[in-house]
Amino acid sequence: MMTTIFVYCCLYLAALVFVVACAVRAVFYARLPLHLRWELYPVPHEEAARVEHGGSYFEVTNWWEKPLRFNWIGEWKAMLPEMLFQKALWEFNRTLWFLSFPFHFGLYLLIGATGLLGGRAVLTLWAPGLMAGDIGMALRYANAVGFAAGAVLATVGALSLMARRLTDANLQIYTTAGDLFNLLFFIVTLGCLAGGYVDRPAGSPPALAVARGFITFDAGLHLPPLLATGLILSALLTAYIPMTHMSHFIAKYFTYHAVRWDDRPNLQGSDLARRVAEYLTYRPRWAAPHVGADGVKTWAEIASANPAQGGRK
Amino acid sequence: MKRQKLRLSDMSEEERKPLVHLENEELMPLPAPLDDPAKDHNWTPLSAQAQERYECALDDTIAVSIPQPKSREEEQELVRKFLSGLEKLFTKENNWTFLQPLLLTMEHCAKCQTCSEACHIFEASGRNELYRPTYRSEIVRRLYFKYVKRGGLVSAWQHGEIKLNWPLVARLIELSYRCNLCRRCAQTCPIGADNGLVAHELRKLFSQEMGIAAKEIHDNGSMLQLKVGSSTGMNAEAVKDNIAFIDEDISEKTGVEVKTPWDVEGAEILLIHNAGEILAWPENPGAFALVLNAAGISWTMSSELAGYDSINYGVWYDDAQFARVALKHAQAARKLKVKKIVLGECGHAHKALSVIADRILGGDLNIPRESSMTLLREIVVGGRLKLDPTRNNFPVTLHDPCNLVRLMGVVEPQREVVRKLCPQFREMEPHGVDNYCCGGGSGFAIMSGNNFPDWRFHVSGRKKLEQILNAFQDCLDPSIPKYICAPCSNCKGQFRDMLAYYDLWKRNSILYGGLVELIVNAMTDVKPGFIEWEWR
Repeated sequence: MMTTIFVYCCLYLAALVFVVACAVRAVFYARLPLHLRWELYPVPHEEAARVEHGGSYFEVTNWWEKPLRFNWIGEWKAMLPEMLFQKALWEFNRTLWFLSFPFHFGLYLLIGATGLLGGRAVLTLWAPGLMAGDIGMALRYANAVGFAAGAVLATVGALSLMARRLTDANLQIYTTAGDLFNLLFFIVTLGCLAGGYVDRPAGSPPALAVARGFITFDAGLHLPPLLATGLILSALLTAYIPMTHMSHFIAKYFTYHAVRWDDRPNLQGSDLARRVAEYLTYRPRWAAPHVGADGVKTWAEIASANPAQGGRK
Repeated sequence: MKRQKLRLSDMSEEERKPLVHLENEELMPLPAPLDDPAKDHNWTPLSAQAQERYECALDDTIAVSIPQPKSREEEQELVRKFLSGLEKLFTKENNWTFLQPLLLTMEHCAKCQTCSEACHIFEASGRNELYRPTYRSEIVRRLYFKYVKRGGLVSAWQHGEIKLNWPLVARLIELSYRCNLCRRCAQTCPIGADNGLVAHELRKLFSQEMGIAAKEIHDNGSMLQLKVGSSTGMNAEAVKDNIAFIDEDISEKTGVEVKTPWDVEGAEILLIHNAGEILAWPENPGAFALVLNAAGISWTMSSELAGYDSINYGVWYDDAQFARVALKHAQAARKLKVKKIVLGECGHAHKALSVIADRILGGDLNIPRESSMTLLREIVVGGRLKLDPTRNNFPVTLHDPCNLVRLMGVVEPQREVVRKLCPQFREMEPHGVDNYCCGGGSGFAIMSGNNFPDWRFHVSGRKKLEQILNAFQDCLDPSIPKYICAPCSNCKGQFRDMLAYYDLWKRNSILYGGLVELIVNAMTDVKPGFIEWEWR
C-alpha cells in the first residue's frame, strides 16, 4: 500500500530531520564564543550550605586558596523539578502553570508511551514468548494509560494555552500568527491521532501492529485514513519543532548551564584563559569614535587604549 | 489622559508625542505614610526647550537627551547606523562578550510574561505596557529576525512584523534606559531568557556604534574617569587631600588616630572605594580606615589613574569602556604587588571587577578580588574588634544591592555583621537574591537631567520605597531613628534623593548609610555616636 509506505517514509525522515536539526542547533550554540560571566544566583552547584540562601564562593575569605567543590546533588535537585515539573513556572506564574504543565507533561507521556510501544514491538518480534505473558499484558496496559493520559493532557493543555493566548490581554500583543499556528498544529495532530485510533474501523491494525509494521516496513498494513493523516502530521510536527523557538528544550541547557549557572573562575592556566586569549585577537568594527575600532586594532589593543588621553596608556 | 493599551507598532508612530503618560493614581499604591496618591508630588513637565530640542516621544521624561535630527536624511542616516550596530551585536568579532546569551534570548522567549511579574518597574508603573520587560525585547526580537536573520514573509508570520524608522530607534534609545538591569526578570524566566541583557545590549549598540549614551555615565562618567582618574573629577592630588581631611576629621570625631596608607608596595590589600563616597559620605572611607587599622590589616589605597575609584560605568552600556577601566584597576593592583583587591561598598564595582571582568583579566593582571562584606564579616565575627551592639539599638533594615547579591552571590556576610551588631534588625521582604532594586541601578542614581528624578522616584524606586516603609511600619514615629543599611554607593545615592523627595527623614526619621558605619558605631574604643542622626 502506497499510503502506508508514505507514512513510514515520513516518520523515518522526520526522525532524521529532528535529530540532525537538534544537533545542528546544539552544536551552533555550543561553538559560540565563551561570553563574559553573567551568572545569576542562586547557583545550585554551590556548596549545599550556600545554596539555601543563594550564596557564592565569593562569600569565603580568600576563596581562591580553597578547593571549589561542584555540588552535583544540588544541581540535580534544581534540574529535575524544572525538567519534569516546570518548577520555575509553578513558582512565578502559577496560573499559566496549570495550562502549560498538562501540555508539556502530556507530551512527555506521549513520547514515553511511543518509546514503550517501540520496545514492545521489538520484543514481540524477537521475544514473542515474553510478551505473550503477564509482562506483555502489563506493558500493554501501561502503554494504553500513557497514550490516553498523554493525549488528553497534551490536547487539553494546548487548547487552554490557545484560549489563553487569544483572550489574555497581557499575551495578545506579543502573540504572532506563528504562535497560534504552533498550538493549532499540536491540537490538530493530536486530534487526528486520537480520533483516527479510537474511531478506527473493525479489522484495522492495533497500535502494536502499526509499530511492528513501522519497524519491519510492512507494506501490507492498512492504516485508516484519519490515523494515517495523524501520523503524517506528527512527522511534520516532529521535523518542524527544532526549526522554531519550541526547541527551547535545547536552549534551556545553555541558558542554565552556560549562562545562569556558569560561575567558573578564570584561574591561572585554565582553559577559559586560552579561549579568551583567542577572542582578544578579534578585530571589531564598532563605529563610535571613542571605541577606536577600525577593523585593524584587536580587541586587546582597544581595551588597552585610553580615548580620554589620546592614545594607548 | 486615559490610559490606552499600547501596541508594539506604536513605537514606530511618526507623531512626536509621548506614547504613555503616568498619573499618580495609576501607580502601585504605597503604604503609610505615603498612601494617599493625591498628596504625592506632581511630576515636573519637561521644559519647552527640552521638548523642542530633544526626542521626547516615549513617556513623561527623558534620560538620554537625544538631539532631534534636522532632516529626513539625517534620520535615515541614524537608522542606517542603528541597523549596522544591530548586525554587529550578532557577530562574534564585535560582540563575543555576550553573543551566546543574547542569541539564546532572541531565539527562545516563549512570551509567557512570567518575567513581568518580577519587574519592579512594570509593577510600580501600575503595569504599564511600555515598561513590561518583554515590550522592549519583543521589538528587538522582531528587528533581529527581520534584519539580521533577513527573514521574509514566513519569518514575519512566525515572529511578527515591525516597522523600522527613526521614531522607533529614538524611542528604543530612551526605553533602554527604563530598565535597572537588575535581572530579577531573568531570575524567574522558565526558559532562561534575559530581558535585562537585551536592555544592556541595546545600550551597547547605541554607545559603541552611534556614540549615544546618557552623559552622566559616559562623558561625565567613564570618560572623565579615564581622563583624570575618577568620575568625581578628583585627580590623585585632590583625592589624597580629601582623604587626609577625612582622616583628620574621623580621628577627632572618634578619638582614635586614623591614617590612610597610600601606595604601599607589598601591602596585603588594595582597597578601592567608589570615589563618590569620599565626597558624598566621607564617614564611610573614614570608617573603613579606622576598622582596618584597628584590626591590624595590611592595606593601602592607590593613587594610580582610576586606582582610587572603583566605579566602572561601562558595565551598564559599553564593553570597551568597561574593559578599559577594569584593566586600570588591575594594573594599579599589579603595580603595588598586593595580594588581593578589596572592593569598598559599591555594588556595581563588585560585579564589574570580580565577576564580569574575570575572563579578561589574564596573566599577572588576574589578581584576586574580594568583597569588603567578606572582609568586614571576618573582622567582626572573628572577634578582632571590641564591639557593643547596644550602641546600635535602633531599628535597622538591610538593603541588598542587586549587583552584590543576585548577580554575585554575596548574601550572608553583611547579614552576619548586622545580626551580630544590630539588636533591632529586621529584613525587608523579599530579600537576599530575591530582593528588589533600589531604583537607582544601571546609572539612574546619578542621572538627574530634566525631570528624570520624578520618574526615578515615582516608578523605578517605588517598590523599594514600599519595602522600606513596610519594614519600619511598627516604628514610623519620628521619635524613633531608623537606619537603612545600604552597602552600595549608587543605592545610597538613590536613597538619599528618594528619602528627601518624600521628606521621610523629617517626617519619619528614616536615615540611610553603609555597613562599616554600623561597625564603628558599635566599637567600644571609639567615642559613642559615630552615626550622626542628621540629614546630609
